[in-house]
Amino acid sequence: MALMASTRREVDERSFPLFIYILAPLLALGLQSLVTLHFLRFGMLDLPLMVVVYFAMARRNPVTATLGGAAVGILQDALTHQPIGVFGIAKAFIGYLAASLGVRIDTEAHGTRLVLTFLFMLLHNGIDWVLVRHLLAQPLVWNWLHELLRAAINALIAVVLFALLDRARIRE
Amino acid sequence: MESFFSRYKNALVLLLVLVMQLLVLAVQAKRPSKDASDPEAVSLIRYVVVTVVATPERLLRNFGQSIEDVWFGYIDLIHVRRDNASLKNQIEQLRLEQASVVEDARQGQRLQRLLGFKEHYIYQSLPAQVIGTSGTDQSGIVYIDKGSNDGLKPDMPVMTADGIVGRLKDVFPSTSQLMLVSDPTSGVGVILESTRTRGVLKGGAFNQVQMINVSPDDRIKPGDKIVTSGGDQIFPRGMPVGTVDRVVPDPDRDPLLDVIVHPSANLAQLEEVLVITGMGDAVSSQEEKDLAESEAEGEAAQKRASDILSERLPSKIDPSAPADTNPDSNVDSTGNVVQPLHPPKPLAPDGFTPGSTPPATALTPGERTVPVKNGIEDLPKAPATAKIERAPTTTGATSATSEAATTHAAAKPAADAADAAKTSTAARSGTASSGVPLSKPAAKPASSQTSNPVAHSPGAASSGVASSSGKPASSAGSLKPDTKVHVIVDGPENRAPRPSSTFNPPASGSSTQPAPKPVTPARNGPVVVPDDGSRPPATMPKRPADSNSSPAPQGHGA
Repeated sequence: MALMASTRREVDERSFPLFIYILAPLLALGLQSLVTLHFLRFGMLDLPLMVVVYFAMARRNPVTATLGGAAVGILQDALTHQPIGVFGIAKAFIGYLAASLGVRIDTEAHGTRLVLTFLFMLLHNGIDWVLVRHLLAQPLVWNWLHELLRAAINALIAVVLFALLDRARIRE
Repeated sequence: MESFFSRYKNALVLLLVLVMQLLVLAVQAKRPSKDASDPEAVSLIRYVVVTVVATPERLLRNFGQSIEDVWFGYIDLIHVRRDNASLKNQIEQLRLEQASVVEDARQGQRLQRLLGFKEHYIYQSLPAQVIGTSGTDQSGIVYIDKGSNDGLKPDMPVMTADGIVGRLKDVFPSTSQLMLVSDPTSGVGVILESTRTRGVLKGGAFNQVQMINVSPDDRIKPGDKIVTSGGDQIFPRGMPVGTVDRVVPDPDRDPLLDVIVHPSANLAQLEEVLVITGMGDAVSSQEEKDLAESEAEGEAAQKRASDILSERLPSKIDPSAPADTNPDSNVDSTGNVVQPLHPPKPLAPDGFTPGSTPPATALTPGERTVPVKNGIEDLPKAPATAKIERAPTTTGATSATSEAATTHAAAKPAADAADAAKTSTAARSGTASSGVPLSKPAAKPASSQTSNPVAHSPGAASSGVASSSGKPASSAGSLKPDTKVHVIVDGPENRAPRPSSTFNPPASGSSTQPAPKPVTPARNGPVVVPDDGSRPPATMPKRPADSNSSPAPQGHGA
């Protein structure tokens, strides 16, 4: 598995139809909201984060990934009762990181996607925990086992989701 | 400079975005706790997002609901007629049950009013559908399809038929944000039903609900019910919350406990909830109307029952019966008991007669009106005109002392008192009529004054006229003219005879007649007591079988 980008094709930016950029985050938010209503364990997943990571790695543009991550995070914050900005900060940072890594790392391979998503998920939850627990002084429990399991499940789901989103890519 | 921005463009953009969001976060977090509402900009963002996300959810929900309605309302109608008949029967039964419990409910309300108990009744509620969640397990937020257009306001309590669910947080025109009790930032005042321990219900890790800061109490057991305490001014008192799942020590506060709660309402599968939109100190007009109807039905049912009973049972009052001439009758003309029965007036009042002794407040503890010499009361001599109300007429020693016990020897002659005291002392010192030596004579001389309530007790009275050494007490001095000496040796056997007995006590007017001295002590065998508790008449025939083995029952007049 090549971790570094070795060909021009691998470092090219991927482009998608415009509605995909709008529809995918909204669909992720809607599904997350609706499915969790009937399956409580679905709340372990973070579909908006997967979308942010995917577009960041596909577009390989840190600025748009940062702004996109912030926007999706704010939307997600708006659905919760916590102050606006918690998920926004976390997802903006993850978007920036994913886009920056996407320039240097081959993100087409499933293994790379699996590992990266696992790490991004852990980092995202860590940032979230720091902000909520230490900045907002609200009760939030950190359980390593739970977080690792959650990150692993999200990574597995992300690999499938990324493969589906690859089909929406504009072929050159 | 230009190269700096172009070189670090990405990092600068990230920094800018992060700083802006941190500022927004700081503005929101700095808000005072009293002003719980979000700033306008944040509310606007929430409103837009919720509208965007909730609208398709609502459409999806309505679409599914319409399909469900078509299926269950027009297609899947098997056994509907049979179910309808069964449900009608159930309604009839429930009507009867309602009629029977409505009176109890009324009584409870009256008592609560009497006690000034302010109960918040739920008299207005609004059903709502849950259409979505926040989507993250860190936030116990769900969305319902009713909003401010339907009259909802923030902090309204929400519940299901099983128990409380949460309270409204943000209310939008057509949607509301419902904060579940499993949210870490929620708080509900609760109380344990069994131990009455109060606490705060909060959300914990992994959507579990816990009661925090509970004092250590061994009585808290799994399965104990938890209800709302009403202390949070949001939820009415007494609403079911859940049951105790387990008790764990609080990691942050060592001696305190956390009670993990199993919620009554299924928070993971919420579909329909009830928003309580109105509470008050009194029931609503509609509920009053329902109660009145139920009460009328209950009264009608009771009347029917009483009619049936009156047909089956004989009348309580017989009109042809003679009038009741009993002055102590405690029933009125309708046959109802109106006052408790009074005991009949005693023929010969004794120390146990109500009202014969002064109240305890009029007495001085340890007070003696008679001087004591060498441990013996120095009783004064009584004048010769002493009057004996009743004289002993029995032949046995016990009978003699018994009569002496019940004798009100007002100003009894000294000699008679001495005789009685001797007899009493003899009886108490081992020559009991039953032939069994008394194991313990009265060791303590007691006051012989009638005013002393101690003297009315059998033991004390018996030793009142005799010292512990058996010396006659009354011979040492003379009794006062009005002094009454109660000598009671054996209370139950020396009761005043009942009028039905053939025993005729000597006339109380024979004041000059001295009390006859007891003759030879005789054995006093077991006494046959009739069922009515009275002493057997003197003419009661002896039983042949018992004539040899045991002495015949001896009446007072024998």
